[in-house]
Amino acid sequence: MALIDVEHLHKRYGEKIAVDDVSLTVDEGEIFGVLGRNGAGKTTTVECIVGLRRPDRGRVRVLGMDPRRGGPELREQVGVQLQESELPDKLTVAGAIDLYGSFYRAPADGRALLDVLGLAEQRNARYRKLSGGQKQRLSIALALIGRPRIAVLDELTTGLDPAARRGTWGLIEDIRRQGVTIVLVSHFMEEAERLCDRVAVIEAGRVAAVGSPAGLAGRLGGEQRIHFRPSGPLDGRLLAGLPAVTSITRTGDTVVVTGTADALMAVTAALAGRGIVAHELRVEQPSLEDAFVAMTGGARSSTLN
Amino acid sequence: MPVDIAPAHAAPPARPRPAFRKLALTEARLLLREPVALFWGLAFPMALLAIMGIASSGPGARLGGVPLVAVYEPILIAFVTVAFAIQGLPAVVAGYRERRILRRLATTPVGPVRVVAAQLAVNLAVALVATAGILAVGRLGFGVALPGQPAAFLVTYVLAAAAMLGLGMLIAALAPTGRTAGVIGTMVFFPLMFFAGLWIPRATMPASLLRISDFTPLGAAVQAMQDSMSGSWPHPSGLAVLAGYAVVFTVAAARFFRWD
Repeated sequence: MALIDVEHLHKRYGEKIAVDDVSLTVDEGEIFGVLGRNGAGKTTTVECIVGLRRPDRGRVRVLGMDPRRGGPELREQVGVQLQESELPDKLTVAGAIDLYGSFYRAPADGRALLDVLGLAEQRNARYRKLSGGQKQRLSIALALIGRPRIAVLDELTTGLDPAARRGTWGLIEDIRRQGVTIVLVSHFMEEAERLCDRVAVIEAGRVAAVGSPAGLAGRLGGEQRIHFRPSGPLDGRLLAGLPAVTSITRTGDTVVVTGTADALMAVTAALAGRGIVAHELRVEQPSLEDAFVAMTGGARSSTLN
Repeated sequence: MPVDIAPAHAAPPARPRPAFRKLALTEARLLLREPVALFWGLAFPMALLAIMGIASSGPGARLGGVPLVAVYEPILIAFVTVAFAIQGLPAVVAGYRERRILRRLATTPVGPVRVVAAQLAVNLAVALVATAGILAVGRLGFGVALPGQPAAFLVTYVLAAAAMLGLGMLIAALAPTGRTAGVIGTMVFFPLMFFAGLWIPRATMPASLLRISDFTPLGAAVQAMQDSMSGSWPHPSGLAVLAGYAVVFTVAAARFFRWD
């Protein structure tokens, strides 16, 4: 069952088209990623889903309701983490949890939520004194305090260090196991690959592709890259002749072969036939990031800003 | 399972949300964490009145036959109203918009209106406490009589507070940031309090200045409070001026207010 249904969403600010034509559905119980570079229209799409903006055209339904008209009944069931949304400087962590908990009929246990998010020691700390990562985690806690059916998380782990990021990913998986449907807005591919069941890649206000991260990577990311250092002299033509191989490059002692999914087997067999050992063998599978770059035509970088 | 946040589908039907009370309590707590605001809004005006009271005991400390301390009571009541409605409220509300707190609240069942209502309620409550404090210092410390026409005093106070809170919300509506709202509040403070008679009490203003003062919100408020303190109903024109400002500021604030 689709909990969120967006059809031909169009939104402009003055002359600037923020979202041109976006259609997507999010099913119950899945983690759905909305990916795209900054300015691609992700945040506007999500703001229309949570009812903060009125679409110029198109139709948005969340739990069967129009988010602009769903009122408290709908907002009770949708937890939101917004980008760059803050809290009063002198509000304490416990105060914020207690306050936001009072907005909902059946709030979660705030203390337990803070424990899980690693904020137990900051309970009495004021918002202003928190680090960027702690603020981010508090914001996640506030999105979940109402025990929502749908959690919309915009740039979940931006500003978190790697350990905190992994911890947060674990938490998101826990939450999903409890039956919460999650919409994750991200420009961080590793995160989407790890967490999402399906992703929609948004480019210039349109959906460029929808599918599972592995599916998109396989479909659009293309090739395997095999790196190794041969134990003896290697004639390039030996490998270039293999049907699975598309290119060979050398950097110092290291050889890099690209090719289809069968390339690794073909290359190792050919090397074994000549008695050459492949030292420091490393294979890069096509990643969601490769697919993303292929779709959006951007430069390769780890965060795609 | 580390923490139970399983969706509350089958939540018990509508336990009333204690949200407004909680919001008001939270805003009150936050205000109590602002020692500077409390000093200027609560302690300073009471201390100033006490100084006036001590000065009044000497000879010649009367204006138009009224002891200085009694002259300053309505002026300082106007002062505390400005302190919370014009200098406190707009900076907080505009800051909440600037920092997307109002937007965040718009995604919760309670919405952003109630946090603004809580701010209004809390600032009004503290201004009332300060007003009661000023009346108490005057009465207990220096024998100034409580308002002889309590009903008239109350009507005046309500209209003056409405005008000032309306102006505060108008500043909050127009200022892009909390900081700007604070600066505008301070800039508005001086003319408002000048015509209220903080530096030159109305009894000593030249006629032309007095005429202008009559048509400013706090000039009208101070005169009407003075009248009701001395036991008579204020002239309706003064109350009409206050009511006019209250309506204009409130309508303009509602017209221009943005939530994001």
